[in-house]
Amino acid sequence: MLNAFKTFAASATIIAASTLALAAHATDVTGAGSSFVYPVVSKWSATYAEKTGNRINYQSIGSGGGIAQIKAGTVDFGATDMPLDEATLQQFGLGQFPDVIGGIVPALNVEGIAPGKLVLDGPTLAGIYLGKIATWNDAAIAALNPGTKLPAAKITVVHRSDGSGTTFNFSNYLSKVSPEWKAKAGEGSAIQWPVGIGGKGNQGVAAYVKQVKNSIGYVEYAYALQNSIGYARMKNAAGKVVAPTMATFQAAADTADWKNARNFNLLMTNAPGADAWPITATSWVVMYKQPRNAANAKVALDFFKWSYEHGQEQARSLDYVPLPDSLVKQIESYWAAEFKR
Amino acid sequence: MSSIPATIDTLDTGRRSRLDARHDRIFRGVLRFCALLVLAALLGAALSTLWGGREILFGQGLHFLTSTAWNPVEDDYGALAPVFGTLVTSLVAIVLAVPVSFGVAMFLTEIAPNWLRAPASTAVELLAAIPSIIYGMWGLFVFVPFMARIEPALTDTLGRIPLLGKLFQGPPLGLGLLTAGIVLAVMILPFITSVMREVFLTVPTRLKESAYALGSTRWEVLWDIVLPYTRSAVIGGIILGLGRALGETMAVTFVLGNSYNITSSLLMPGTSISSSIANEFNEAVGLHRSALVALGFLLFVVTFIVLLIARLMLRQLARREGR
Repeated sequence: MLNAFKTFAASATIIAASTLALAAHATDVTGAGSSFVYPVVSKWSATYAEKTGNRINYQSIGSGGGIAQIKAGTVDFGATDMPLDEATLQQFGLGQFPDVIGGIVPALNVEGIAPGKLVLDGPTLAGIYLGKIATWNDAAIAALNPGTKLPAAKITVVHRSDGSGTTFNFSNYLSKVSPEWKAKAGEGSAIQWPVGIGGKGNQGVAAYVKQVKNSIGYVEYAYALQNSIGYARMKNAAGKVVAPTMATFQAAADTADWKNARNFNLLMTNAPGADAWPITATSWVVMYKQPRNAANAKVALDFFKWSYEHGQEQARSLDYVPLPDSLVKQIESYWAAEFKR
Repeated sequence: MSSIPATIDTLDTGRRSRLDARHDRIFRGVLRFCALLVLAALLGAALSTLWGGREILFGQGLHFLTSTAWNPVEDDYGALAPVFGTLVTSLVAIVLAVPVSFGVAMFLTEIAPNWLRAPASTAVELLAAIPSIIYGMWGLFVFVPFMARIEPALTDTLGRIPLLGKLFQGPPLGLGLLTAGIVLAVMILPFITSVMREVFLTVPTRLKESAYALGSTRWEVLWDIVLPYTRSAVIGGIILGLGRALGETMAVTFVLGNSYNITSSLLMPGTSISSSIANEFNEAVGLHRSALVALGFLLFVVTFIVLLIARLMLRQLARREGR
C-alpha cells in the first residue's frame, strides 16, 4: 500500500515536472475514415488500450472523410476503402497499407431457393444489375444452375443508397468482368445505378432483401450471416464455383498479386486463385511518412503491428479475415523502408 | 387609487411617461431582435447552402435543374428526380392527410361525446411526439410488407381506370412513392388535426346554435358555418403539415426506395431531396458534395415556392369572399 503510494507520488512528481512524461505514458491516437473497418478497429483498440494504456480513437466518418482529415493533418491516421493513387500519396507525403480483409456476398431472397444453392458468375451478376437479366428463370441463370427449378418471377435489384467502400469493390468487380458494366455504370463508392432500389448501409440492403420477394442485393459477409438471408455461390476467375467462407476470402488475399502492387494499390476483386472468392475487399490505413506528431504515429504503427500479430482472433470473431503472413511481412518491410519511426 | 394623493400623481406624470417610453423602447428592441434572429438564421442557412453549392449552381446552373442524371462516377448531377420525389410524396401525403385530419378534428369538436374528447385529442398529439426514425422503422418492417401484399390488388382495381390507372402500375415492392406518401400522411396528420381542432373550438357557440335553430343539419353547420369561419387558420395548419412533409428525411429514406427515377407510377421507388442528402453526404467529396449542398438550397427554394403558392391561394380565397 505504502509502496503503491510512493510510486503514485513519484509518478505525480514526474508528471508535474514534465508533461512530456505524460505523453509518453498514455498516448491518444486519433484516426478517422472507413466504416467498413470500424467494428474491428474499435474492438482492437479496446484490447490494445488494456495492454499498453495507449488509446486509439477511431471515428467512422466514411472513407472520403478519412482521406480529407488525413490530408488536413487533423488525425494521426486515415482509413479508406479506396486506395490512394501514386500521385496523391507523393503529393502529400503519405503512405498506405492494408489492415484487414472482408468479403462481399450477393444476398438473395428467392422463393424455393435455399441459401447457397444458387450459382452466379460475374457477367450474369452484371447483367442482373444492368437490368438486362430481369427474371430469375433467365437462360443465363438457368445455364449456371442446371437442375434447379427457378421461378419466373421478376428480379428486384437492391443496392446501397449511401456512398460506401462495399459499393466501390462490388462495382469494381462488375467492371472487371463486364465491359458493358464498365461503360454504362463504372466503378465508385456511389454510382448511377441502371435499375433497382437503394438501402442505407449494409443493414438497409439486408432489410430490403428480406422484405422484398425475389430480390438480390450485396452486403458484407457479416450482415448476410447475422440476418440469415440467402446468398449465392460465385464462379470465380479460375472457373471454379466457390461459397463465401473465411477460407475463400483468405484464398483471395493469398493469391492476389501483392508483390507487384506499389503502395499496396491493389483491389482483390476477381482474384486468380482456384479457391478465391471473387468479391473480396480490404481497407487501407493512410499515414504521413514524416508525421508532424512522431510520437503518435509511432504508437499508431505499433497498434497496427500488434493487430496483425494478436488481433486475428478478434477479427475472425467479427467475420473479417486477418491478413496473410506474407502480406504482413511485406507491410513491415514497407514500414521500415518508407516510414520514419 | 383614491388613496394616492393627487399631487404626487401629477408630479410623477412626466417621469412616469418617460420611464414608460423607455421600457417600451427596450421591449420593442427585444422583440425586434428576436424577429431578426429568425431572419438571420434563415438567411444564413440559405446563403451558406448557396455558397456550398456554388460549384454546381453557378457552374452548371440550368443543367443541374433540368437533368435527371445522378452519376457520381462521371460527376454529372441533376436535381429533377429528387425534386420530383419530394413534391410527389408531399402531395400524396397532403391529399390523404387533409380529409382525415378534417374528419378527426370535426369529430373531436362537434360529434364526440365529452368523455372521449380529451383522451382522443391527447392521443392525436402523442402521434406528433413520435420521432420520425420510429415512423421509418415501422414503415419498413410493418407497413412495407403490408403494402407489398395489397399492391397487386391496387394494380388490378385502380390500375384499370383509364388515365388514373397509370399511377398504380408496377412491381409490388411495397416500397415507393405511395408508401412514402402514406407514412408522411400519418406523420403530418397530428399537426394538421391539432390546428384544426383548436380553431374549430374558437367558433362562437352562438353562430352554431343559430344555424341549428334555423334547421341546419350537422353537416350544413360544419360545412357552412364552422369551416368558413376558420378557413384561413385551417389552411395555415395544412401549410404547416406540408412544410413538414417537404423536409421530412428519415422516415422517407426508409420507405422510398432511394433510386433516382422519375416515373408515372406511385408504386415505383423514387428519391427525395432530403433523403438524398442524408444518404450520400457522408462519403461525398468534391463536386458530389457541392451537388448535395445545392440540393439543400433547392429544398429552400421549393419550400418557398410551395408556401408562396399556398399564400396566394389564401389571398384569392379571401378576395372571393369579399373580405
